[in-house]
Amino acid sequence: MTAALRFDPIRLPEKCEQLRKEVRAFLAEEIAAGTFDPHAPNREDNDAPEFSRRVGAKGWLGMTWPKKYGGQERSFLERYVVTEEMRVANAPTRRFFVADRQSGPVLLKYAPEHIKMDILPRICRGEVCFAIGMSEPNSGSDLFAAKTRATKTDGGYLINGTKIWTSSAHIADYMIAIFRTSPPTKENRRHGLTQFLVKMKQPGIQVNPIGQITGQFEFNEVVFTDYFVPDDHVLGEVDGAWKQATSELAYERSGPERFLETYYVLTELVRAVGNNPDTRSAEGIGRLVAQVHTMRRMSVSVAGMLQAGKEPVVEASIVKDIGTVWEQQLPHRVRDLAAFVEETATNRETLEKQLDFAIKTAPKLTIQGGTTEVLRGIIARGLGLR
Amino acid sequence: MAESENIVAETAEKIFADLADAQTINHDRQGAWKAPLWRALTEAGLPLSWVPDDLGGSGASLAEGFSVLNVAGRHAIAVPLAETMLAGWLLTQARIASPEGEMTVVPASPKDRVTVGADGSLSGRARGVPFAKDAKHFAVLASGKDGISIALVDSAKCRIESGTGLGGDHNDTVTLDKVQPVTIKPAPKGFDQTTLMLMGGVVRSLQIAGSLEAMLDISVRYSNERVAFEKKISKFQAVQHNLARLAGENAAALAAATSAADTIANAKTLDNDAVFLEAASAKIRCSEAAEKGSGIAHQVHGAIGFTIEHILHRYSLRALAWRDDFGSESYWAVELGKLVANRGADELWPLVASR
Repeated sequence: MTAALRFDPIRLPEKCEQLRKEVRAFLAEEIAAGTFDPHAPNREDNDAPEFSRRVGAKGWLGMTWPKKYGGQERSFLERYVVTEEMRVANAPTRRFFVADRQSGPVLLKYAPEHIKMDILPRICRGEVCFAIGMSEPNSGSDLFAAKTRATKTDGGYLINGTKIWTSSAHIADYMIAIFRTSPPTKENRRHGLTQFLVKMKQPGIQVNPIGQITGQFEFNEVVFTDYFVPDDHVLGEVDGAWKQATSELAYERSGPERFLETYYVLTELVRAVGNNPDTRSAEGIGRLVAQVHTMRRMSVSVAGMLQAGKEPVVEASIVKDIGTVWEQQLPHRVRDLAAFVEETATNRETLEKQLDFAIKTAPKLTIQGGTTEVLRGIIARGLGLR
Repeated sequence: MAESENIVAETAEKIFADLADAQTINHDRQGAWKAPLWRALTEAGLPLSWVPDDLGGSGASLAEGFSVLNVAGRHAIAVPLAETMLAGWLLTQARIASPEGEMTVVPASPKDRVTVGADGSLSGRARGVPFAKDAKHFAVLASGKDGISIALVDSAKCRIESGTGLGGDHNDTVTLDKVQPVTIKPAPKGFDQTTLMLMGGVVRSLQIAGSLEAMLDISVRYSNERVAFEKKISKFQAVQHNLARLAGENAAALAAATSAADTIANAKTLDNDAVFLEAASAKIRCSEAAEKGSGIAHQVHGAIGFTIEHILHRYSLRALAWRDDFGSESYWAVELGKLVANRGADELWPLVASR
């Protein structure tokens, strides 16, 4: 067999269920207190600093990290439960989600000890927000074409250039970015990029919000002008960022956020249809539920493999490929079925508002964090086609 | 996969590799390969995997049997192995001993019904029964005034209208007209036709997942051999992306089917929402994957894959045929949709997250 894909039927352990109850109870309290409206994913600003701190106080940020950095040393599967419950409830996770999922783990692996001791506990307390500086005006999917320069100077580097489509840069305290420290070589066009920790809200950084088709201002242009980064903010090997990027992708690509982004429209459709659906509605709902259940089983399976120390890069890319295509199509399929919902359905207006927002959100889902085309290239490589 | 499952699956794999090589059997139009294959499977105790020793079987676990079915799907096995296993499992539910030889289950569709008469005889009509023509006995699920019964029936006492399914295997209509069963016993509490259909659906899901794995494998190999426009077609991005999508469909089918099998293998009872969600979802998602995946496999192969000489149809047509057995994906989608609607919107996520 060429492929030998693995998706073992891994179950979340019993202790996850207690945690799930705690997360649900916490979210119910937050909703009751008016922190957020679970039926309104289109809220103006998803940034909720006080909520972030309360999530941190629960011990649900950086929960897999070592205790000495503020973590809980719990499993990826427990983190999985927290992530999916937050996502399904439409909780305002913007401030902490990136730091918890990927910036923290990068720091854990590559940052010097004093920086870890400084920043990681603050992530765990929900106090700091991270952005990721990858794309530039002329390099998106082609990450290794990045041109923003880091020029060596006394005690550090001077940064000049522009990052773009940077989510949350307008609220972020830090950014983990790749900058060019050397030109690419003939043998290796990926050579010459270095990963840096950047402190935001400093002179030399200009953040320009960019409006999105949803009406939100979630991503930004970030312009660096002679911005100084000290030597100890280099993360990993100088010129060697390409070696660091790939193995972490499995964590980033297979989580519940990769198929649950528009899930709320399915819940609302079921509410609108009521207890006695006609055949068409029943079939439509049944298929969508079978599909989301399958996606979740795939995603949990990858989480289990990660917990077991494996690197299921191809499997993770498959989860993101079919997961994002699914969550992109979901609002359109729900729209098909919503056409038959009774005028008298009490949540009709909510459903329509949600569909409007989900349909506007849909195009980005197969672009952000690795496009469908890039993912299929990775899968094809795994199949031995490249 | 536990070690014992590996050993059983490896035994099956070896028998299929030796006696059911796709190239060889594709050229054997008379079916001379079938008898030696069935003998070898019987000697290994595989057809009665799910029947305990004291009822005439080999007493393998549910998980071990499921692993055999996934392997059988990878070889698109055209003898009634899955059907005999399922029939043996059904008879075992009522503690009825399994006879030797090929069996199948009646009915094989959620719409057909067999009834028990006042004299204990069985009547009814079942369409689309796989391998009925090849079976010596039927395991029958029937309903009567005393509830649900399970019966062992001599196939010679039934009228069988022979038919052929999409995959070229027997797919027949079975009519029982006051047939006296060999044995009949009450089904256990909570066991009904839905239970049988869900189990049959999981069996077919595993076979579909296996066949998709084979289709991915032969499609990748073919794309690495076939040259067009002066390069291997595997080097074209359009072909790569199609194969990546096929891998995705294979992955979804594998995950859905093995998850459902694992659920049934570890369930205390089969009449609950968790089993229903898993088994119905597996049949729905695997059937969708069969359509999308076999379409891509054929597209990659071009005209050669459309020939009877090529082995691709052995997998693609069977995967498509298996969608219809024990309830199609649209049937199960309606049933699952009703269940979800009945539980209500706020109980949907708790159901999904319970797995």
